[in-house]
Amino acid sequence: MTEFREDLKDQKLLTMTLDGGIVKFVDGETIYEVANRHRKEVPTLCYDERLEAFGACRLCVVEVEGIRNPVASCTTKAADNMVVKTSTEAIDKHRKTLLELVVSENRNVDVDELSGYASQEMTNLVDRYEARTGRFCGEQSGTTNTDDKNPFILRDYDNCISCYRCVRVCAEQEGDYAINVMNRGFHTQIITEFNHDLRDSQCTFCGQCVQTCPTGALGDKKALRDADTEGEVKKTRSICPYCGVGCSVDLLSKGDKIVGVQPAMDGPANEGALCVKGQFAFDFIQNNDRLKKPLIRRDDGELHECEWDEALEFAAAGFKKARDEYGRHSIYGVASGRAPHEAAYTMQKFIRSSFGTNYIDNCSRA
Amino acid sequence: MSNPLRDMEKPDLIFAIGTNMTECHPVAATRLKKAITDGAKMVVADPRRTRLAEMADLHLPIRVGSDVALLLAMAHVIHREGLIDESFVADRTADSDQFLKHIREFPPEWAAPICEVPAEDIEQAGLMYGRGNPSAIYYTLGITEHICGVDNVQSLCNIALMTGNLGIEGGGINPMRGQNNIQGAGDCGAVPANFPGFQPCDNPEFAEKFSKEYGTEIDAERGITKVTALNRCGNGIHAMIIDGENTVVSDPDRNHCEHALKSLDHLVVIDIFLTETGELADVVFPATAWGETDGVQTNTERRVQRLRRAVPPVGEAKPDWWIVSEIAKRMGNTHFEFESAKDVFNELCRLSPIYAGLDWDRIDNSEYQWPVPEEDHPGTPRLHEGEFKNGMKGLFKVIGYRDPAEVIDDEFPIWLTTGRRLQAYHTRTQTGRSAGIEYLLPEETLEVHPTDAEKLGLTHGGMAKMSSARGSIEIPVKVTDMSPEGTVFTSFSFANVPVNILTGSGYDPVTETAELKVCPVRVEPV
Repeated sequence: MTEFREDLKDQKLLTMTLDGGIVKFVDGETIYEVANRHRKEVPTLCYDERLEAFGACRLCVVEVEGIRNPVASCTTKAADNMVVKTSTEAIDKHRKTLLELVVSENRNVDVDELSGYASQEMTNLVDRYEARTGRFCGEQSGTTNTDDKNPFILRDYDNCISCYRCVRVCAEQEGDYAINVMNRGFHTQIITEFNHDLRDSQCTFCGQCVQTCPTGALGDKKALRDADTEGEVKKTRSICPYCGVGCSVDLLSKGDKIVGVQPAMDGPANEGALCVKGQFAFDFIQNNDRLKKPLIRRDDGELHECEWDEALEFAAAGFKKARDEYGRHSIYGVASGRAPHEAAYTMQKFIRSSFGTNYIDNCSRA
Repeated sequence: MSNPLRDMEKPDLIFAIGTNMTECHPVAATRLKKAITDGAKMVVADPRRTRLAEMADLHLPIRVGSDVALLLAMAHVIHREGLIDESFVADRTADSDQFLKHIREFPPEWAAPICEVPAEDIEQAGLMYGRGNPSAIYYTLGITEHICGVDNVQSLCNIALMTGNLGIEGGGINPMRGQNNIQGAGDCGAVPANFPGFQPCDNPEFAEKFSKEYGTEIDAERGITKVTALNRCGNGIHAMIIDGENTVVSDPDRNHCEHALKSLDHLVVIDIFLTETGELADVVFPATAWGETDGVQTNTERRVQRLRRAVPPVGEAKPDWWIVSEIAKRMGNTHFEFESAKDVFNELCRLSPIYAGLDWDRIDNSEYQWPVPEEDHPGTPRLHEGEFKNGMKGLFKVIGYRDPAEVIDDEFPIWLTTGRRLQAYHTRTQTGRSAGIEYLLPEETLEVHPTDAEKLGLTHGGMAKMSSARGSIEIPVKVTDMSPEGTVFTSFSFANVPVNILTGSGYDPVTETAELKVCPVRVEPV
C-alpha cells in the first residue's frame, strides 16, 4: 500500500520522522499505516487491513519519542512532527519475546500453506525473529474441534492465538456473526452459538475466517486434502466462474491438479471476499464426468466417442445440409453466459458470417 | 449496473426488489451489510422473508408479479409529497407531464389489495425512497422474469428519474447479473438485436459494417430470440448449436423444450459435461473448463476481466472459440483465422465502440469498466454522470399494471415462485460435482408456510405433489414462514425436482423472457 486510504484522501497533509526520514501522511492515518506505506515491515499477527485495528498481539509496537513505553502502531494515530522508530534493539527484543511465548503456547508452528491465505504469517515471523528457542514452556491453550464434520473448515484451536481475526472478519466483513469468543486467557475458545456445528449456525461457509487465520488454526480442509500431493503450490490469478459479481481469485494448483482457491485481496469486485461457491466449489473441473472426447450419435441411436476430425466434419455437414434444404434462416445459435467472451464472440460470428442472419441468442432469457 | 460495486457501501437508502442477494450474489451483499452498519436504511420488496428482508427496516412481502402496482403507488407518494428532484426532471428528462398525471390515479390504497401488503407500508416505502440521499435500486431476476419484466424495469427507471438518483455516487439502478459472463455474452453480440458492442442489427449502417467485416451480406433486421427459435424447432428451425447451456433443465416448460430439441435434424452441443441437453444432441464437443483456458469475462458492473489457464485441459477438451472456428472453417468460412483467445478478443475490441480503448494486454489488471471509447480513456465506473448517452433525455414511461399470464384459481390456488440457493448453482452441473456441497444442501425442498401446510395436509419432511397446467412433480416439504401464506418456493437446481416442468406460463412480449417467477400450482400430500 503506497497510496493514502481513499476515505482520508481529502484530509490535511502532515509530516513526521520515520526511522530518521521525514515522511508525509494524512491526518487520520495510524502509525502502522504510515510505516506500511513506506514499506517498513512492521510485524503483526492480529492485523487485517480490511478490519478495525484491534491492538491485541502487541507485535506492531514502535518507539515514539517522548513516550516511555512502546506503543501499538496499529491503534495509535500518527501526529504532526512525531518521531517514530519502527525497529530498535529493545523493540526487536520485545517482539522476539512475544513470539517465543506464542511458540510455547502453540502445538504446531509449521502449517501447510494450503491452510489459507494468511496461514504462514506466524511461521514467517517466528523465523524472522528466530523465536524457536524453547525458552518458555508451560500450559497450552485451545482444543481441536474434531466433532465438527463439515467438509470445508478445519477447526484446530490447538493452534489458536486469540487474535480474533476470524470472529472479526465474520462480523465486520461478512455481517454474519456466526462465531464468537468464550472465556479468556488460556481458556479462550472460538465457538458458535451454543457451541453447535458451523452448519447449524449463521455460518455461510464463505471461508473468510480460514483465509484470515495467521496460524492455520482454521484451515481449508478441501485444499489440505492435497497437502501431501507432490509439487510446489502454483497460484494463477483468475475470476470466479459463478455469479456476475466477478470476484478475483487465485487458483492453487500442484502440477496438473487444481487443489484449491484463495481470494485475491486486491480484486476490485471482492476486495478479498468470496462465498461458499467461489471458495469451495472448484473441483468440478477435474471431476471424472468431464467430457474427454467428442461424442457422435451413430446408427444405433447412441452417442459414441469419436475423433475430432470426424465430429467437426459431421457438425459442419449438418449445418450445410440444413442451409441447403431449408435455407439460411433454419439454423440457430445459442451462446453461453458461462463461457468467456471468445466463445460468445465466435458463436455470433459463426451464425452471422456463415448464414447472414441474426439468429443468435444467449441464455439470459431463462 | 449503472454504478460500481463499491458504491454499494454508500447509499443512504437501499431499495432491494426481487433480489435474494445474500444467496445469489453473496459478496455484493456484504457491501450492503456494511452500508447498513454505517447507518443506511433498507426497503426490501420480496414475497419471501429472505435474509435481506430480515435485515431491512421495511419489508414488503408483495404478491408475486405485483411489482408494477407497488412502483406506481411509490411514484404516486413521491409526487404527492413533493419529493421530486425538480431540476433533474427539468434538465435531464422528457415526458414527465404525462407520467405525473398518470400516477395521480394510483395511490397506495389502490395498490394495497393487488400487492397484498398494507397501504401504510407502501406509503412508507415511497417516502423512504423519495427522501433517501442518495437512494439506490438493486434488482435481480425477481424483476425481469415476468411477462411484465420490461414494465418492471421501466417502473424502476421512473422512480429513479423522478428523484434524480442517476449518475450519482451511491445511487443508480443496479441489476445484479446472475451468471459470470452473461453481461459479456451481450457485449459480444450474442443476441438477436445487436451486433458486438450493442450496435443495433436493424440499423443499416451497422449491418453494412459487419457484412463487410464478416464477408457475408447480413440481414439488416433483428433475428428471433431463443424462445421463438425453440417454438419453431422442426418448423422453420432445423439445426441448432448450443454452447454451455443446459437448456432442457434451466428453461421453462421442460417437456416443450425437450420436444423442440428432439424435432431438430441437427443439434450440436458444446459443454464440459454430458448434460441432459447434450444427451439429445447429434454431436457433443468437449470444451475446456474454467481454470483450463485463457479468456475474458465482464462482471455485473461492466468490469472487463481476464480468466487465466492454471492447469492443462482434461482429455482432449478444446476451447469453445476453437471448436466453433473449426466448424466454421469446415463450412468454407474463411473469417476464422484465430490462433489464440487474444486474437479473438482483440477483434471484438476493434469492432465494438464500448471496447475500442481496450485490448488483451490492457485489461491485465481488471482496471476497466466499459464504455472505454478510446485508448487512454480511464473507463466508466458510473454511467449517466452529467448526461445520458449521446446527450439524450431520460424518458418517463407510462405503465399500467397487468396480472401475470396465469393467476390462481380453484384448480391451481397457490402461487409458485422459483429461485436459487446459496450453495447450488443453476442445474448443479458444477456445484453438484464439487465435494462437500451436498453436506450443506443435500436436497431440494418446497418451502410452504405453516398455515398453508396445515390447510393442505402437508407435513414437514413429507412428500407433496405439485402440479401446474403443464405437468406435475413430487417434492419434499419444508414448513417455514420464509414463504408467505399462499405462496410456495423452490429452486430449479435439482434434477430430481425438475420444477421447470411446471413453469412457462408466459413471456414478456418485448424480451421474451419467461415468467419463471410466477406459476399457479396445486399442492397436495402424496
